[in-house]
Amino acid sequence: MDDLLREFITETNESLDVVDVELVKFEQEPNNATILDNIFRLVHTIKGTCGFLGLPRLEGIAHAAETLMGKFRDGAPVTQEAVSLILTSIDQIKDILGDLESAEGEEPQGDDSELIGQLEEMSAKADAAMKGGAAAKEAPAPEPVAETAEAEPEASVEEVSADQSLERPLRPGEVSLDELERAFRETEVEVAEPVVQEAEEIVEEVEEPEPAPIAVKAEAKVAAKTPAKKSGGEGGEKKSSGGGVSNQSIRVAVDTLEHLMTMVSELVLTRNQLLEIVRRHEDSEFKVPLQRLSNVTAELQEGVMATRMQPIGNAWQKLPRIVRDLSQELEKPIELEMIGADTELDRQVLEMIKDPLTHMVRNSADHGLERPEDRRAAGKPEKGTITLAAYHEGGHIIIEVRDDGNGIDVERVKAKVVERGLASEAEVDKMTDAQIHKFIFAAGFSTAAKVTSVSGRGVGMDVVRNNIELIGGTVDLRSTQGKGSSFIIKIPLTLAIVSTLIVEAGGDRFAIPQLSVVELVRVQTNSEHRIERIKDTPVLRLRNKLLPLVHLSQLLGIYEGENADEAIDADNGFIVVMQVGSQTFGVVVDGVFHTEEIVVKPMSTMLRNLGMFSGNTILGDGSVIMIIDPNGIAGAMASHASSAVTENQEDEHEDLQSRAVSGQSSISLLLFRAGAPEPKAVPLSLVTRLEEFEVSKIERSNGRDLVQYRGALMPLVYLNEGDSHKSEGTQPMLVFSDAGRSMGLVVDEIVDIVEDRMNIEVGSERPGILGSAVVKERATEIIDLGYYLPQAFEDWFMRKEMDIEALTKKVLFVDDSSFFRNMLTPVLKAAGYDVTTCTGPHQAFDLLENGDKFHAIVSDIEMPEINGFEFCESLRRDPRFRNIPILALSSMVTPASIERGRQAGFDDYVAKFDRPGLIAALKDVFSGEMGAAA
Amino acid sequence: MSVLEHKLNAEQKSASDMIQYVTVVIGGQLFGLPISQVHDVFVPESVTRVPMSAPEVQGVLNLRGRIVTAINMRRRLHLPPLKEGQMMAVGIEYKQESYGLVIDTVGEVLTLSSASAEPNPSNLDRRWAEISGGVHRLDGRLMVILDVDRLLGSMFTEPMAAA
Repeated sequence: MDDLLREFITETNESLDVVDVELVKFEQEPNNATILDNIFRLVHTIKGTCGFLGLPRLEGIAHAAETLMGKFRDGAPVTQEAVSLILTSIDQIKDILGDLESAEGEEPQGDDSELIGQLEEMSAKADAAMKGGAAAKEAPAPEPVAETAEAEPEASVEEVSADQSLERPLRPGEVSLDELERAFRETEVEVAEPVVQEAEEIVEEVEEPEPAPIAVKAEAKVAAKTPAKKSGGEGGEKKSSGGGVSNQSIRVAVDTLEHLMTMVSELVLTRNQLLEIVRRHEDSEFKVPLQRLSNVTAELQEGVMATRMQPIGNAWQKLPRIVRDLSQELEKPIELEMIGADTELDRQVLEMIKDPLTHMVRNSADHGLERPEDRRAAGKPEKGTITLAAYHEGGHIIIEVRDDGNGIDVERVKAKVVERGLASEAEVDKMTDAQIHKFIFAAGFSTAAKVTSVSGRGVGMDVVRNNIELIGGTVDLRSTQGKGSSFIIKIPLTLAIVSTLIVEAGGDRFAIPQLSVVELVRVQTNSEHRIERIKDTPVLRLRNKLLPLVHLSQLLGIYEGENADEAIDADNGFIVVMQVGSQTFGVVVDGVFHTEEIVVKPMSTMLRNLGMFSGNTILGDGSVIMIIDPNGIAGAMASHASSAVTENQEDEHEDLQSRAVSGQSSISLLLFRAGAPEPKAVPLSLVTRLEEFEVSKIERSNGRDLVQYRGALMPLVYLNEGDSHKSEGTQPMLVFSDAGRSMGLVVDEIVDIVEDRMNIEVGSERPGILGSAVVKERATEIIDLGYYLPQAFEDWFMRKEMDIEALTKKVLFVDDSSFFRNMLTPVLKAAGYDVTTCTGPHQAFDLLENGDKFHAIVSDIEMPEINGFEFCESLRRDPRFRNIPILALSSMVTPASIERGRQAGFDDYVAKFDRPGLIAALKDVFSGEMGAAA
Repeated sequence: MSVLEHKLNAEQKSASDMIQYVTVVIGGQLFGLPISQVHDVFVPESVTRVPMSAPEVQGVLNLRGRIVTAINMRRRLHLPPLKEGQMMAVGIEYKQESYGLVIDTVGEVLTLSSASAEPNPSNLDRRWAEISGGVHRLDGRLMVILDVDRLLGSMFTEPMAAA
């Protein structure tokens, strides 16, 4: 594509955008000759250039449109129809231009005769209307040709012009070149040259104070002068605008600017490194020149940044047209108000927000504003207003899209939320309005009662949010029912340089963008701010609000200690309070260094799939640092919180799944030695505490050893009968507690805590030992806690919930793992249930088919052949078992699996190690059942 | 005359088929990288770990103002980590991005004829065969040709498949 054509495309696109805006204005003020002149001039320019470049299709449409506009200029009444038609032709021109660009300068094939016909017809009508003829409406199409020919008698005679070699009869309203030249000689302004710049030179000329002797000429001057000034005032709608200033600006390819920006970024980095070096040498002679270099660099950076800055008005340019079309389509009068269009921001950012903004304006017009009759009823002016406002605020730019419509219908959103299963009714009832509003941003969410061509298809606000988050921005929503709603977008001024907070976690440094950091809190034990826990979930009390916390090293999986919980227990630390969207949370870090302006460099393709980081950069000291992506953290925070439910199984989800399928869930085992040198193991989750007691504290009473533990006597139990505690020093023991009672299992030594599969390979005949398994590559005895607990309190398994009700309840327990059958059967029995165990769904089906009656079924999820979900689903299909309570038991408890369980028909979903939870759940289903029966 | 000409041609011909390899040692095995792909050799210092990345990614480092992704070749080849001694790295470009292959030591540059390269033995460890572009028989030892495109290419696709 040659340069001339490229230039033409760029220029024409800009001109067309202006025409769009001007036309909408013109429609509202049909008598404003200035606007019309401006439009006319632009279209004329396009037409002229097209002819020059040999683009017949474009020329044809532009010409027909121009003719119609010429009629307006001559005084024909402006109708909405006519304006719409011109807008359509402009769209058509844009389409052709787009094709032209992608086809590298070849004008696409196509037929515009219909459009041109319509335009010509409209011109004819306008002509007729102007003449005020009674028969105007019935004027046949060919008539205008005759009329124009009549008006311009030379046109048909002078068919061929020297330069343009026009080898066809002139079109209606077309002027021969001769005539054009003559006209040009007569009046300098009337007929503009096909290049905007030249037209402006003329404007410049006429700006010189000079008496206007001829009335016509003066009028023309004023007309031409005003639009030029106007477009200049609108802040760079056209690069070559604004009289004399235009001659001082040049077009620069975006690539050149981008390259310049990269180089300046490098310079900034190098300067930072130099500063760092000089800082270490006190009396360096480099100090002064470096200071100067630093200042120059800063200025240069600012200067280059300024070249990339563009007024946000550029992104808004298309909106008046869109709103106008919407207004007609939806039959709602809408006014678009734009405030702060000259607010500048980086062009890269500008490009990224164009589409989201357009979408939001469409949304406001369609969903936000009510129908005129409703507005009148609500006592509001019939014309709805959509306001776009932009302003700077502390290194960010805030863009607000506001409408004075009905606001968000909280009830409707609630209903939709429940309907879509995003939250339960009870949950929704507890939520604040702001929380409800947040659902608007959920994927595929739409409250539009019906799908219109404008919106309501459910692809919407989530896309908007994603686009904005992509550039490190946030979007928030405020809405008052009846008053309207407003979306507030907060985006960084530029993407290239961000201000970040440098923190340390797990021995590494990370940069957190300041944009999302709200405040820093120092935590210490005994101080006002300290980390508290609710069921192992760390939280911080901050100004009467509970802030969920997560340790950065945990999120990033870099904690090196044995127990990840310890990290957050550390007495001293810093909490970076972050806000992402409407989600506020605290990220615990080990140290906070300083803030630094950094140049974000994209990560290599290999690392780009890491959601936690948005990029990396080189710090002043020359080291590379990873930049945290606040949105990634927020996302991980949410999933982290839910995974905390399975506190003992923080293994990777997939990992667990694959192991679960093979029936070999990995669990934490406590390894110890007692009585014999071979290792013994017990699931860590069953152990309440590990304690060491002074041997002197062990007392003997009633023939058994006891210690005073937490204000009560705790019986000690030995693994083998006849064993005894140490004679001096301290005695380690495992403490098992349940419902206020504790038992101490005396051991010789606690060896280790390991994460391993527990596959009991050799069963045991010995009481107290479930069998032997390979743990950490050694044969290990797995002890049967169910045997020892009654040794401490004979009624350990007897006393709880031993009511008549429970005794009569028969429970079927299905689990393929013998370990869990062995572990949980005593627990269920202890709670008073009559337990029957099955090794799998097949056996369970057999039992049920045989007519065995059960009051409830407890089923494992991860089983070979038929998994728990399928088992439950097939049971539910059978009318006999439709109402029997079924509980799911799984080592994997995630919101998704709970949901899956609910769908399969489970009444409840319990984690495998949550024994009290299982008992409580069973009690719940039975009491619920009785309640329902009563 | 004609003999001389013939010889000259043969020499030219063979020269055009000669490939220069930078040899490196990883876990005792000699590897060769085409010299055209090697940009520099450096000592990987102050490598920043990248949490949650693939295990073979050792981290990122600053090499004269460029951020280089360091790939631990021992981990890539499923070899045990180097116990002691300074590791070295070979800087390469792949799809306009800089990568550093962290290896044990760098050896000499060898000029070998491409004709003498042999295909991978069929019983070669699949994980090795995946990144090997053939084998050269040298005096007393074998040199495996490291195929950079395949080495890095396979690492790109993995995370995509997992996502």
